[in-house]
Amino acid sequence: MLDSLARLGRVGLAILASLGRAHLLLVGILRGLPSMLVRPRLLLAQIYGVGVLSLLIIVVSGLFVGMVLGLQGYYVLSQFGAAESLGVMVAASLVRELGPVVTALLFAGRAGSALTAEIGLMKATEQLSGLEMMAVDPVKRVLTPRFFAGLISMPLLAALFSAIGVIGGWFVGVGLLGIDDGAFWGQMQNKIDFDEDLVNGVIKSLVFGLVVTWIALYEGYDATPTSAGVSRATTRTVVQSALAILGLDFILTALMFGG
Amino acid sequence: MARIRLSEILVGVFMALGFVALFFLAMRVSNLSTAATGEGYNLTAKFDNIGSLRVRAPVTMAGVRLGRVEAIDFDQETFQALVTLRIEDRYDQIPTDTFANIFTAGLLGEQYIGLDPGGSPEVLGDGDRIEFTQSALVLEQMIGQFLLSKAEEGGE
Repeated sequence: MLDSLARLGRVGLAILASLGRAHLLLVGILRGLPSMLVRPRLLLAQIYGVGVLSLLIIVVSGLFVGMVLGLQGYYVLSQFGAAESLGVMVAASLVRELGPVVTALLFAGRAGSALTAEIGLMKATEQLSGLEMMAVDPVKRVLTPRFFAGLISMPLLAALFSAIGVIGGWFVGVGLLGIDDGAFWGQMQNKIDFDEDLVNGVIKSLVFGLVVTWIALYEGYDATPTSAGVSRATTRTVVQSALAILGLDFILTALMFGG
Repeated sequence: MARIRLSEILVGVFMALGFVALFFLAMRVSNLSTAATGEGYNLTAKFDNIGSLRVRAPVTMAGVRLGRVEAIDFDQETFQALVTLRIEDRYDQIPTDTFANIFTAGLLGEQYIGLDPGGSPEVLGDGDRIEFTQSALVLEQMIGQFLLSKAEEGGE
């Protein structure tokens, strides 16, 4: 009885301690901002790794998600004689929800896991300790550029995803199913609000970018420095990122559009 | 060196693409290019019943959108709805005896305010009130009136 209580307590304390370490790491990362601005090349190299190399998967997924939305939306809307509203449906679902969420999920799988594995291996092969030996703070030198690269790349990727998705929906709706071109764009511009929809979508993608990159860096930095530990950390990054994205998405949606 | 230069170019392309996408979403997908809600003047109108009119609903004349509903308040003295309309500055020739109706776009669509121009030579300015208004048609009331008239016919 007491043993199981103690076990429960131990689990709770471990979770709290882990949360605390994650926040301390975040503070350390943010403190590295001034020294990173002195060397923008470090940030640039990371944006290349995190953002540019994620372009292909984002663009292709966005195109297909938009095209599927076009097909399925047309099927339902044409039953109400409202097929012209297809543009609104495609754009609203992409800008408000699918753009930020699907991009963040793909980003966690493509870039987040790579970040965790890279940092975890750096730790396992004692490169991070090596930096410390040379009086270089590994958090400032290694983690800060990666964090800001994720923070910058994620909204840009989400915007690309939404834009390509709208074009995919346009291709299916106007090109294949014969909806009027003017009605498609006109209704969309009428109903999609800049502040309400677009800005909120960008805020969402910023929050997701922060959370995914933070989780990935923390898991890598906190990984057990063995091969098995790094592989477990990589798995945890993907799982926790996905859960955090979907949970946060509900909260953000309720705050932004619930009223 | 060439390799660093290539990655710099690619990062530049990536960021440019991202901003182009944001710009595309703002100008082509959202209402930013048509909004122009910043500049305009306010008119007020009192309605007995606004139905399900919402803030930001369009205000039209002859089917052309002149502005949007800015605010909806309740007048405690007359028990009427006080609707503030924001009309774009370039439409400054609305006569004082203009008639404001609340219409419904389509059978199930949202409600909007339609203005019928009057014949007065004087025009409305900022803060003026539209005197002539007609309430929204509430479906239940219409059905009730229809049933009542049917029942009267049957009674004769």
